[in-house]
Amino acid sequence: MKGSILSFEQVTFTYVPEDEAVKPAVSDLSFSIGEGEWVALVGHNGSGKSTIAKLMNGLLFPQQGTVQAMGLKMSEESLWNIRSQMGMVFQNPDNQFVGATVQDDVAFALENNGVPHEEMVVRVRESLQQVKMADYLDHEPHHLSGGQKQRVAIAGALALRPRLLILDEATSMLDPQGRREVIETIRELREATGLTVLSITHDLEEAALADRVLVMNAGHKQMEGTPDEVFSSGEELTEMGLDLPFAMRMAGLLKQAGVPMTGESMTEHELVEELWTYYSSK
Amino acid sequence: MMEKMIFGRFIPGDSIVHRLDPRAKILFVFLFIAIVFIANNAITYAILLGFTLLAVFLSKIRLYFLINGLKPVFILMAFTFFLHLFFTEGGALLFSVGFVDVYEEGLRQGIFISIRFLVLVFMTSILTLTTSPISITDGIEVLLGPFKRIKLPVHELALMMSISLRFIPTLMDETGKILKAQMARGSDIGSGPIKERVKAVVPLLIPLFVSAFKRAEDLATAMEVRGYRGGEGRTRYRQLNWRFMDTLSLLLLVGFAGLLWYFRS
Repeated sequence: MKGSILSFEQVTFTYVPEDEAVKPAVSDLSFSIGEGEWVALVGHNGSGKSTIAKLMNGLLFPQQGTVQAMGLKMSEESLWNIRSQMGMVFQNPDNQFVGATVQDDVAFALENNGVPHEEMVVRVRESLQQVKMADYLDHEPHHLSGGQKQRVAIAGALALRPRLLILDEATSMLDPQGRREVIETIRELREATGLTVLSITHDLEEAALADRVLVMNAGHKQMEGTPDEVFSSGEELTEMGLDLPFAMRMAGLLKQAGVPMTGESMTEHELVEELWTYYSSK
Repeated sequence: MMEKMIFGRFIPGDSIVHRLDPRAKILFVFLFIAIVFIANNAITYAILLGFTLLAVFLSKIRLYFLINGLKPVFILMAFTFFLHLFFTEGGALLFSVGFVDVYEEGLRQGIFISIRFLVLVFMTSILTLTTSPISITDGIEVLLGPFKRIKLPVHELALMMSISLRFIPTLMDETGKILKAQMARGSDIGSGPIKERVKAVVPLLIPLFVSAFKRAEDLATAMEVRGYRGGEGRTRYRQLNWRFMDTLSLLLLVGFAGLLWYFRS
């Protein structure tokens, strides 16, 4: 693993520091993300996910512990420097679309960072091509689907050539097709550029694609490991209000019914594979 | 009704007028508004009307479309016409119906004022019909640039304008959804006496406000994370190009003003 791009060290944050009785939203959290990794941060509503997102980009500062990003300690001074190196995509596709048209929106972060005009034109094209939205330069947001809007938001983040892309529940308001579009875009991006991705989500299907999964529960880090490791503790996840992906649940139920499964099936494809090999060897 | 209204609507096209720089067009319209008041006799008003029709022709907007879209304005025009017709005295008495006397001067004034009204509405409509709202915003931002010296937040105003424009369709959609949701719960907005109808709008507005504030908050976060720090040190993606045609159009307007001045009595 190459150098760490983002790290939390014993971070504690509470929204009401005056009141001892209120539990902190995030307590004693430590983790780090290495360059080129795809990490998924999963957790149920109220597990502290969105607070973590706000701590990452300096919208909130922790009461205890330190947040480091791009080798800098998060502070009022380093804030803008850090932000210019990370792209962030939020949940609601409509509420993060600033520009009047697709190209204006992609250019927004570039304008803010004082990129010269000629350079902007090149980067806008380039990043829209990366998310396959290059044909929509002059489209207005209300003529785009949710998935398309999120892809534009990703392009807007990519235009700055960030070292880290954070997806904060970026797929949770989309229909299944939009969700697939966005996840597919991220996968292709990672293959092409090796971009570091952190996806904050409660969708375990999305988390299954990551290299590493962090499970948050009530402000604590409950589990950490590869998707295989994390998903093998199925019961525990369900108790936290997280739904296992369909293929995993299916495999678990089959096992209960006496069908010998290796228990490592992640995707639907792998499940089908295992089922037919089992059936033909019976 | 709303679909036919062309106030503030933009019709994409590729005419000479469409291609003019928004700054040139805004300046042109403002100067034109002042110049209109030079006209004071039959010849000058005729020139004024001719010039406006030329502008309509150059913008390739169909005259029928323009007239059809501005119907509500014509009612106002007719109203001012009759006001002048009945209440301006002077010149020979043309005829009198009952207690109203119609004088020559009244008829003249009525026609002149109507023409003035017409050319003003036509010209401003040509501006909004041929220039996209975002271009108008850009133009205004640059034109108001000098006022930054006296601490007028020009960039912020322009950004506010463009964001409002961008959110109009979003909030319209939202209104539609809330309306349907309220109707599904038995609210009746379309009928009843005015007082009832106004009351029925309240449960529509409150959720709309709540969601608009939520959106504003999200948008502010998204903007901040994407590095927005106000106008300072920002570059512009949209570039305005002042071309020869733009200078020419303004020179043409000055020449036109001279012509009016020459023929005015």
